[in-house]
Amino acid sequence: MDEKNYLLRMEGINKDFFGNQVLKDVTLRVAKGEIVGLVGENGAGKSTLMNILFGLPVIHQTGGYQGKIYLEDKEVNFASPFEAIEAGIGMVHQEFILIPGFTATENILLNRESTKYNIFVEVFGERLKTLNRQEMHKRAVSAIEKLEVQLNPDMVVSEMPVGHRQFTEIAREMDRKSTKLLVLDEPTAVLTESEAETMLKAARKLANLGLSIIFISHRLSEVLAISDRLIILRDGQVVRELESSRTTPREVASLMVGREIKEGLSKKSKEFEKSEIVLEIKDLWVDMPGEQVNGVDLQVRKGEILGIGGLAGQGKLGIANGIMGLFPAEGEVVYRDEKLPLNNPVRVLGKGIAFVSEDRRGVGLLLDEPIDLNIVFTAMQIQGRFIKKLMGGLIKWRDDKEIARVAREYVDSLQIKCVSEKQNAKELSGGNQQKICLAKAFVLEPDLLFVSEPTRGIDVGAKSVVLETLKRQNREHGTTIVMTSSELEELRSICDRIAIVSEGKIVGILPPTADPADFGLLMLGEQEEVKASV
Amino acid sequence: MKDQSLTRAKSPLARFVISNAVPILFIVLLIFAIPLSGFSTDYLINEIITRLGRNSFLVISLLIPVMAGMGLNFGIVLGAMAGQIGLIFMLDWGVVGIPGILLAMLIGTPIAILLGLLAGTILNRAKGREMVTSMILGFFINGIYQLTILYGMGSLIPITSNKILLPRGYGVRNALDLISVRKVLDNMWSINISNISIPLGVFSIIIGLCIFVYWFTKTKLGQDMRAVGQDMQVAATAGINVDRTRTLSIIISTVLACFGQIIFLQNIGTINTYNSHDQVGTFAIAALLIGGASVVKATIPNVFIGITLFHLTFIVAPRAGKELLGQAQIGEFFRVFVSYGIIAISLALYAWRRQVEKETERRQAKAAIKAAIEDKAEG
Amino acid sequence: MFEKIKKLIEKAGWPRIIIGLFLLSLFFIAPFVGIKVSTSISDTIVRFAMNAVLVLSLVPMVQSGCGLNFGMQLGVIAGLIGAITSIELGITGLAGFLVAIVIAIPFAAILGFLYGLLLNRVKGDEMVVATYVGFSSVAFMSMMWLLLPYKSPNMIWGYGGEGLRTTISVEGYWLGVLNDFLSIKVGNFFFPTGTIIFFGLMALIIWIFFKTKLGTAMTAAGSNPVYARAAGVNVDRMRVLSVVISTIVAAIGILVYEQSFGFIQLYMAPLLMAFPAVAALLLGGASVSKASMGNVIVGTFLFQGILTMTPSVMNNIIKSDMSEVIRIIVSNGMIVYALTRRMKVRT
Repeated sequence: MDEKNYLLRMEGINKDFFGNQVLKDVTLRVAKGEIVGLVGENGAGKSTLMNILFGLPVIHQTGGYQGKIYLEDKEVNFASPFEAIEAGIGMVHQEFILIPGFTATENILLNRESTKYNIFVEVFGERLKTLNRQEMHKRAVSAIEKLEVQLNPDMVVSEMPVGHRQFTEIAREMDRKSTKLLVLDEPTAVLTESEAETMLKAARKLANLGLSIIFISHRLSEVLAISDRLIILRDGQVVRELESSRTTPREVASLMVGREIKEGLSKKSKEFEKSEIVLEIKDLWVDMPGEQVNGVDLQVRKGEILGIGGLAGQGKLGIANGIMGLFPAEGEVVYRDEKLPLNNPVRVLGKGIAFVSEDRRGVGLLLDEPIDLNIVFTAMQIQGRFIKKLMGGLIKWRDDKEIARVAREYVDSLQIKCVSEKQNAKELSGGNQQKICLAKAFVLEPDLLFVSEPTRGIDVGAKSVVLETLKRQNREHGTTIVMTSSELEELRSICDRIAIVSEGKIVGILPPTADPADFGLLMLGEQEEVKASV
Repeated sequence: MKDQSLTRAKSPLARFVISNAVPILFIVLLIFAIPLSGFSTDYLINEIITRLGRNSFLVISLLIPVMAGMGLNFGIVLGAMAGQIGLIFMLDWGVVGIPGILLAMLIGTPIAILLGLLAGTILNRAKGREMVTSMILGFFINGIYQLTILYGMGSLIPITSNKILLPRGYGVRNALDLISVRKVLDNMWSINISNISIPLGVFSIIIGLCIFVYWFTKTKLGQDMRAVGQDMQVAATAGINVDRTRTLSIIISTVLACFGQIIFLQNIGTINTYNSHDQVGTFAIAALLIGGASVVKATIPNVFIGITLFHLTFIVAPRAGKELLGQAQIGEFFRVFVSYGIIAISLALYAWRRQVEKETERRQAKAAIKAAIEDKAEG
Repeated sequence: MFEKIKKLIEKAGWPRIIIGLFLLSLFFIAPFVGIKVSTSISDTIVRFAMNAVLVLSLVPMVQSGCGLNFGMQLGVIAGLIGAITSIELGITGLAGFLVAIVIAIPFAAILGFLYGLLLNRVKGDEMVVATYVGFSSVAFMSMMWLLLPYKSPNMIWGYGGEGLRTTISVEGYWLGVLNDFLSIKVGNFFFPTGTIIFFGLMALIIWIFFKTKLGTAMTAAGSNPVYARAAGVNVDRMRVLSVVISTIVAAIGILVYEQSFGFIQLYMAPLLMAFPAVAALLLGGASVSKASMGNVIVGTFLFQGILTMTPSVMNNIIKSDMSEVIRIIVSNGMIVYALTRRMKVRT
């Protein structure tokens, strides 16, 4: 295609967040009426790229970006999403941005309503124009018709099935006469299969009308089916552009996951084949918003490090949270031949199972309390340690001296950088906060440890300390570890087996030495492809 | 926010009873209390008509902030104070009759706008805690009001009439006679139908206001307020200036309350300079809630049903108390108890229901996902 | 040096510094307008002592995440029941005071328990619900004061009237039992040693409580409920417990107040009792979610200091009593300020 025909060109985009390069020389071109699929792991840079396109404040606040963006061959640099929308770029989000008590019509035309003049406008200004309901209805119907879907314009959003909410979102973009480019961010993630099909048909139909679409999805088969061209991002770089018709899921998956790890792959998986099963999960359902678990079966063997991987939002985080009783769970979990009571953190903790949450600041820490209390609190409450009994056990006095001593030990052994163990947790950096969370779990002297996203958002140095510490805990104390992470590389470097979760289920368990493409295929929900190849 | 737990009840009758539990409770209470009190029907009807005329404006002033999702605006006392300042100047300048009322409104309006702006700005900094903040803000501004009236007027602020000022030369007297404007609105176009006098003038003003409020909901600004009220984030994403919209709703409410207090006081005929506004917020809010409104939904019918039921209780309770227990004072306390109690119960029920709803919503979402997956498995 | 001052200011917070300086300047002006400083200081200390326990009663609920206890009136009511029952029984002196406390505690515990259950159902809206629960309970008890069969002639209306009086003197029963205990009197200066010691004991008990396993769990529940839950703490139970403790301490607090004040005030008198106490705590540097013993002491002292000093100084300057207006502005202004301060939002 000739360069002149491109509607959107993002050329040589570079972006770093505080020195951390997240996009390197990325070029993305979309022709008129073309559907471009954007594929990549979490953290590959997809959202940053889209945020740049939309001029999100977070981009400007962190020093802007390098490179040039052309829309219809005019250079643009949007200062805010409103300017981007003004220029004709529409965005449909994964989470619905709709007002629940409004009808489809009202949502489609939100803040762009048709109005009529009346005398009060002279005194009080434009906002006192009355709404022109008839005109609004007409506009809504015509926007919906473009999509060729069944959607009642007078239905209130809160009463709509999920699919209709998605159509309402798209119809809203369609009502803007200026919309030339539509970004669909995981539009089918929450839809049922038939709804997703309708959705894809609608997208195709819009493209035929001349609209350009950037399609972001984790369902590989979908992306392959709908897009004309695929752009694969990995570690902030475009690794390949492919014609959708001339590629296979395996090729895409392997490009997406990509890198071969040269060394340090954990290779002792064989040792554990015969070791006893400490934890058996049967048909576990966890009701964790955004990380729904839909019937997981999994066995954990004594002494191993089991990795749980998968893309964000697929439910991998829900497994540990459900077992620990932090989110409502159903199903059966057997620990050492004993059924674990679900939805009951005390009992689970009491069995010697500890958890390092992925939500450090929300769940893992008492930000306004000192480090030492953070570390020992759970041990104090669950195991009754760090307590001096006074008056014949009537008063359970906190043993502040012992608490401080133990805290200092962990501060030293985990290299927690702080003024003293009395510093409040919120004053520390992310990496050091993570170490506090680990210390909190180690103090419990657990037999089984769940660790979720242990290296998320922390710097490289802290990362390796954290991973080393986990390995050491596993080797020296024989602690069985179940580690959940979005970073496949990290899982492969320390785990003995890696289970991949997709759409709330375990889709496969691979040794760390397996072909990266197989991991990619599993993550993208293409387990048939893996079975075919193995 | 849609009240789903209510709409889920099975029979339409049960649904009606549950969603109107508060008004029904009060009707039942009154069915017992009215005969006990021994008041004549004529008397009661006359009283109710007077009180509807007196209070409706104030209660209606609560509707717009509810629409904008800011809950019950305890801050309408700010407007009431502005109205009272207007009346004080009117008295000082000796303007009487309808022009006097108009003058009081004219003076009160800019003060109300300023106070509304202040309240709106402060409430924007206390999102999620609007009600408790607006209530305390009312107390705080009351302090400033007292400081101004008691020490500022006659010294810094030019007030000269010695009928208004305390003998010491500054500060306003405790009670001011509004004889010059007493019932001027009530007597305007007043008609009598078999012993019952109907103040058509006041009622036409109130009907006018109702039409305004209804019309307002049909404007762009009204639509924006509804959007902001339901989901601030979505509204902001769509480019609506959320803070400004919320502030506007409070300003409108404050200005209406200012007018409302002037109408209220011209009917009463005197101002208790330091107390008249105290209970304005509580009584208006209690009336609205008794009429079946909630923190998130309040309509014009709620206003009139509420005032009727609340004030019937108010009139009847002391007498009924006396007949029943031999003490009129019990009835007095009973009505205070009712006003506070109904607000406590409504707020608690609202907060509770919100928690329950979140829970059900989650459970439903989960069931839906489960069903979808099972479909897939079968198909 | 400059940095140090800046840090100090940041730590203390502007409102406290302004009010503190204001108070200091009042003490400074006082002698020039003919006020004896010793009397002023003595008055401030007496008022500090009589109010401090009420302010202290707010701490457990703030710490457990229930927010400012605008429903303190429930505890006050329990205290009132204790007080009048003790008088009805005709017990005088310290014994009468202690009996009042013993009677008040079970009432406070029961009311606090129910109130706590209610507050657990209205998470996020505790403060506004609490306010109106407090208000309506005062109105409800007003009816009860009329109806309850108390007979002591010192408490019921003299001629023809029914029910309890609006103000009941505790003179001859336990007026000043704490105030006068080991008190120091030098000219105009009076130091209520007993009340201060009593407050010290109460504060110590609360402080100790927060040093125990249970108290630590309560702090955690308030600081981060999700963390606490993940560590196996039953957050709802902690909250109810904190409300019960707060209510009991408030019941004791009103009795301390009465023995110093000299009167039991019934009917609508307790209606706004919570606000000055809340304001004092906030003035002491507490926030909606965190409070300490230091906040209680500093806050009560500053608040009562202002209330004592302003009127007497003002009276002598402009010959008019502004105390009420000043009280309203300072206390409510302080609460509005605290409510609008940016809070960490948790969903």
